[in-house]
Amino acid sequence: MELTKQKRTGPVIFSEYKRGDAIKKIITMTREDILFELKESKLKGRGGAGFPTSTKWMLTAASKSDEKFLVCNADEGEPGTFKDRVLLIEYPELVFDGMVVGGYTIGAGHGILYLRGEYEYLLKSLQDYLEQMRKDNLLGKNILGKEGFNFDISIFLGSGAYVCGEETALIESLEGNRGEPRNRPPYPISTGYLGKPTSVNNVETLCAVAHIVLRGGEWFSKVGTDKSSGSKLFSVSGDCEKPGVYELPWGTKVSELLELVGAKNTKAVQIGGASGVCIPKSQFTRTLAYEDVATGGSIMIFNESRNMLHVLKNFMEFFVDESCGQCTPCRIGNVKLLEGVEMIESGNYTFAHINKLKELGKTMQVASKCGLGQSSPNSFISILENFNDEIFNSANGGRNGR
Amino acid sequence: MLVVEKNALSDEIESYIKKYGDDRSALLMILHEIQDKHRHISEFAQQEVARLLNIHPVEVYSVISFFAFLNSNPKGRNIVRICQTISCDMHGKADVVQAIERELGIKIGETTKDNKFTLEYANCLGLCDMGPAMAINDQVYTKLTPEKAVELLSKVK
Ligand SMILES: Cc1cc2nc3c(=O)[nH]c(=O)nc-3n(C[C@H](O)[C@H](O)[C@H](O)COP(=O)(O)O)c2cc1C
Ligand code: SF4
Ligand code: FES
Repeated sequence: MELTKQKRTGPVIFSEYKRGDAIKKIITMTREDILFELKESKLKGRGGAGFPTSTKWMLTAASKSDEKFLVCNADEGEPGTFKDRVLLIEYPELVFDGMVVGGYTIGAGHGILYLRGEYEYLLKSLQDYLEQMRKDNLLGKNILGKEGFNFDISIFLGSGAYVCGEETALIESLEGNRGEPRNRPPYPISTGYLGKPTSVNNVETLCAVAHIVLRGGEWFSKVGTDKSSGSKLFSVSGDCEKPGVYELPWGTKVSELLELVGAKNTKAVQIGGASGVCIPKSQFTRTLAYEDVATGGSIMIFNESRNMLHVLKNFMEFFVDESCGQCTPCRIGNVKLLEGVEMIESGNYTFAHINKLKELGKTMQVASKCGLGQSSPNSFISILENFNDEIFNSANGGRNGR
Repeated sequence: MLVVEKNALSDEIESYIKKYGDDRSALLMILHEIQDKHRHISEFAQQEVARLLNIHPVEVYSVISFFAFLNSNPKGRNIVRICQTISCDMHGKADVVQAIERELGIKIGETTKDNKFTLEYANCLGLCDMGPAMAINDQVYTKLTPEKAVELLSKVK
């Protein structure tokens, strides 16, 4: 195993923290106190959708039920994303303490870590970690001596399906079904796992929560921009000297990030993974933030030598593979888009047809049942539009970057 | 399948039921255990799981067919999955695949004659900063070169 721990620094997530700190703090706080700090922090979910965490927890807390669940979504399947892997390996204290805080806030007795099957190699060490937390009474009954504060965590292994990162598909698979997204409403906050109120939160969101309860919502909201508070973990890969995970405040410019990671001769940056958008050089002054380019944190860098059509083909193959097939726009649409890419590749296309496919992409964005089919056309549309000259007009030496 | 083998498998599955319970929600963890141990979930295993969870065998099959890591047909003793997604692709995945195919004498999707290896593509393994990456069963390997990949496979039992 070559996955070693590194010394990391950052404004929030990678700042000083000791195991149990957040739990020690919350036993002196009421549920309302915690919700107040979260609201102050303006923390939004880091899993991609960007829903305010305080609202999600307030609604789950308000749902009446004998049983509730807190699920940590560690399905991390978006191409180019690996920050949750780093958090699980190097910062399990943040992930699990964050889950305990979540359980306390919404009134759940049981937390589930949904670990993607590809991360099975982490299972043993995570289980050992939980066992140690039980021994130290950071989990279990009457946590840290607080009467009635009961919470425990179990780990559930995924089985290799990207769509199971979508929260309702995740819940379906937890229940022993095919991982097919559900119609919403009802939302998991009222009708989730086993029909009970369930909050599904990303790994990074929970790590931020642990810091927020400790240092206060105001402290967190001072990092980042007005509309995008706090910091973000970016998983950087592709053509650069220093790939890896970086914690940066929201509002960082794409060009600043490129500089930091030692990217040279950069032609394109894919932001947000295969389901994100691809921007050309002329847009590198844009900022990473909910109000400009929002992202779950995947940054893939392509230099001048890369063939953007090949990149696009790789993404479309991914979606054809991973579509659950439940709804037509996504099942058929992704195949059509991939065929379109192959037509361009072989020179057998008409502009009329390609334009029709772009329209099809726009239809998929509105007509697909879940986020997979709604976002899979993003790279198709943005790559064909932003790299139009390279792909159709023989720019870049007429060889598509080859 | 021999009767003793069937009995052993039944006992094994019952032990998983003890560990995870007999609710439907235990299904995937149970299938995971069977898959890990036998590299596939046989028809008999599916029937046993269905019987013990009190659901129809077709439901068990339908779940297996949904997930990439579960399969009902036998595979090799070791499953090798090479990441085919773009970051690994850009860092030389194709050369690694070619070297492995050459060395094992099989193509992606196939199993060696001695049943030792099944070779597959995987989508992003979450190791994009260290590509090309591959998994052999549940362990992962990074920064592969054609030589390193072949050497790693030669160490597998
Ligand atoms: C196809 C698809 C895959 C997703 N994968 C993940 C994932 O791997 N991890 C994650 O946290 N959220 C993922 N999401 C988003 C979840 O549905 C959900 O919004 C998120 O887990 C909520 O957590 P948050 O509020 O902390 O962001 C995915 C969504 C879709 C549509
Ligand atoms: S959009 Fe795609 S992944 Fe989502 S439900 Fe429809 S077919 Fe399944
Ligand atoms: S692209 Fe290969 S591990 Fe992510």
